[in-house]
Amino acid sequence: MSEQIHSLRGLAVGVKAEVRRIEAHGELGRRIRDMGLIPGTEIEVIGRAPLKDPVALRLRGFTLTLRNNEADFIYVEPLASSN
Amino acid sequence: MQKPLVIALAGNPNAGKTTVFNAITGARQHVGNYPGITVERKEGCVTCGDRKLQLVDLPGTYSLTAYSQEEVVAREYLADERPDAVIHVLNASALERNLYLTVQLLELGAPVMLALNVMDEARAHGWIVDSERLSKLLDLPVVETIARTGKGMDELLAAAGTHAQENQNADWKPLTISYGPDLDPVIAEMVDAIEREKFLTDRYPARWTAIKYLERDDAVLEQGRNAGKVAETLEDLARRVAEHCRTTLNMDPEAIIADYRYGFISSILKQGVLSREDRKERILLSDKIDRVLTQRLVGPIIMVAVLFAIYNLTFVLGEVPMGWLESLFGFLHDTAASILPDGLLQSLVVSGVIDGVGGVLGFVPLIMIMFFCISFLEDSGYMARVAYMLDKVFNFFGLHGSSVMPFIISGGIAGGCAVPGVMAARTLRSPKEKIATVLTAPFMTCGAKLPVFILLVGVFFPTHQALALFLVSLAGWTMALVTSKVLRCTVIRGPSTPFVLELPPYRMPTFRGMCIHTWERTWHYIKKAGTVILAVSILLWALMTFPSLPQDQVTQFETMAETAQTQALAEAQAQNLSTEETDALVTSSLDDVANQEAEAALLHSYAGRIGTALEPVTSWAGFDWRLNIALVGGFAAKEVVISTLGTSYSLGEVDPEDSGSLAERIESNPNFTMATAVALMAFVLIYAPCFVTVVTIAKETNWKWAIFSTAYSTIIGFVLAVVLYQGLSVT
Repeated sequence: MSEQIHSLRGLAVGVKAEVRRIEAHGELGRRIRDMGLIPGTEIEVIGRAPLKDPVALRLRGFTLTLRNNEADFIYVEPLASSN
Repeated sequence: MQKPLVIALAGNPNAGKTTVFNAITGARQHVGNYPGITVERKEGCVTCGDRKLQLVDLPGTYSLTAYSQEEVVAREYLADERPDAVIHVLNASALERNLYLTVQLLELGAPVMLALNVMDEARAHGWIVDSERLSKLLDLPVVETIARTGKGMDELLAAAGTHAQENQNADWKPLTISYGPDLDPVIAEMVDAIEREKFLTDRYPARWTAIKYLERDDAVLEQGRNAGKVAETLEDLARRVAEHCRTTLNMDPEAIIADYRYGFISSILKQGVLSREDRKERILLSDKIDRVLTQRLVGPIIMVAVLFAIYNLTFVLGEVPMGWLESLFGFLHDTAASILPDGLLQSLVVSGVIDGVGGVLGFVPLIMIMFFCISFLEDSGYMARVAYMLDKVFNFFGLHGSSVMPFIISGGIAGGCAVPGVMAARTLRSPKEKIATVLTAPFMTCGAKLPVFILLVGVFFPTHQALALFLVSLAGWTMALVTSKVLRCTVIRGPSTPFVLELPPYRMPTFRGMCIHTWERTWHYIKKAGTVILAVSILLWALMTFPSLPQDQVTQFETMAETAQTQALAEAQAQNLSTEETDALVTSSLDDVANQEAEAALLHSYAGRIGTALEPVTSWAGFDWRLNIALVGGFAAKEVVISTLGTSYSLGEVDPEDSGSLAERIESNPNFTMATAVALMAFVLIYAPCFVTVVTIAKETNWKWAIFSTAYSTIIGFVLAVVLYQGLSVT
């Protein structure tokens, strides 16, 4: 099971996943949580910017963007149904 | 007279809070800034039945933590002013996330009611929201609205009036939610200590303060340290429980608190409040649009086209009303000149006041059109996409994806203006990137610098004019990006602000909303023109007027004028000219003398003395006293560079649009070489922003940064000019 968990950066467009762990602290950690990204949240990568960074996610009914180096702190487990 | 009921409007960005505010208050609103910071403060009055309601629009926030200025402002307002009711505007299609703020408002004890906005979008998403059930579960009024069409606004206002009336003078009853077996006992212990000592209890509920200590909220920690000794006990308790949580759960207390808040929310939503239509998830219109507008190849092309179109619209369309204003001020100029007797008063009113303020107000049409376009991009949701697409590039230079608009408007495409450009930096929420943007945007080739470049390029690079101008624009971009990188590594050091940004769904903006936005920002600008800028324009006028020529020189010029007139008349007689031709000859020889007198007067004035005094230094860059005065004048407005050069070359006033005679004069001046021209162009591109821009920078940041901007850009510009002049002179 735990092998399935990897950082959000590696998630391909169109893949759905569930957030498992967030290792960001301080301002970034708080912003991420304020936007509703907490363990247990289901997310879907819906696109990447023309230069591959930042990445756009769909969660809780809205679209959120973050940079790849911010996505590194978020660990997700891809959901089986989407593969 | 009854005291009006105070109702605060809170909500997430993109939830439609501003649309609700505009729909309720309409034109009866006024905008200012919170003292000392640039967060906008909006208020409006409205009557509901026989009661007067005062609506206060709090800045849009996702949370009430103390990281951004907006959040601090919203929180302090609620704690200190205690409004009679708080309308929380929610985006019904992202209800779960939006309720996070509701929970925090309730924990503070505020008398909250909810406006479930954009119900139409929620339905399009396939969400079914039971607002009655939500109202019952949270025990507060809930009204469904679609602010864009005005639906539900009357009900909202009525409900808010009633809610405010009921809660007027009532005690705030903070919501208590459990934070689990690890935190609850500590919170209880902290609450005991807080209540015993009445620690900050006049502002915040005891439990709320305790939670803030666990969240390590800097603003509250600092207030606590000044308020009493219990602070130490509380910090100690918080530290111990934090260690405990980290060792047993590998989590920070603030993460646990967030988890429980979302848990509380989802337990409410699961009780039949939120359900999803049982059908395949629709691909929403917004996502379809995004597939094109942010596509890897097409997206950037469309973006460039949109930015270019806005730029064109602003400067092409703006030219017409700008022409009208110019004519109006030209008319005032002529009228004042003819009514007032010749002399200092006339010169003050005409050159100091009318021309000075006219120069500033002339920008108003540009600013209005530009802000109208920007409001459209912002309100429609496209601006967030622009930031999303460009963030990677701008982040490399220590800026933010949203820095692009200020750069373009300031003259990123040659011919803009730094004043609206700097104002456009308001869209940047992160203070460090905003300062870096504001300080470097004036390096772009604005419309006032352009005539200088065109003049010099025409004289020294007649065969490569377009290329040379293009290179100047490119130099502006390079300087701006490189400088911001340097600034972000030195004086504005610090990690980049997280790019955790919402891409709101595309929406058609309301015309009314865009007009209100445009007018707010334009009015700010006009007010400025009437005060600070008027004063500086008078100061510069005085510098270029006083001291006036000594009497003996004036007499000398009078004699010269008489001689010139006699000579011209004699010549006309000798050549047997007609009366008209004679008049023309006399006028032109008198003008010659007047221009020589103007040159002498300028040289004699304080500005001339400054110019001459600067010569030993500026000669390193090849600038003589004439250029120095022109550049000093250029600080008032870059347009002045050419007209002042005209006076100093005794050509009288020269129109920047038609500088042929000046070009000839420069060409025939042996000291004005190609090296001088290149150094001058570099200096004009980089040196101190014009005064209007400096005032705008001060307004958007503070005077410290405005003065810094003036000083460092002048120094960089000068160093660059010296290097270029010396380098090119050697070869």
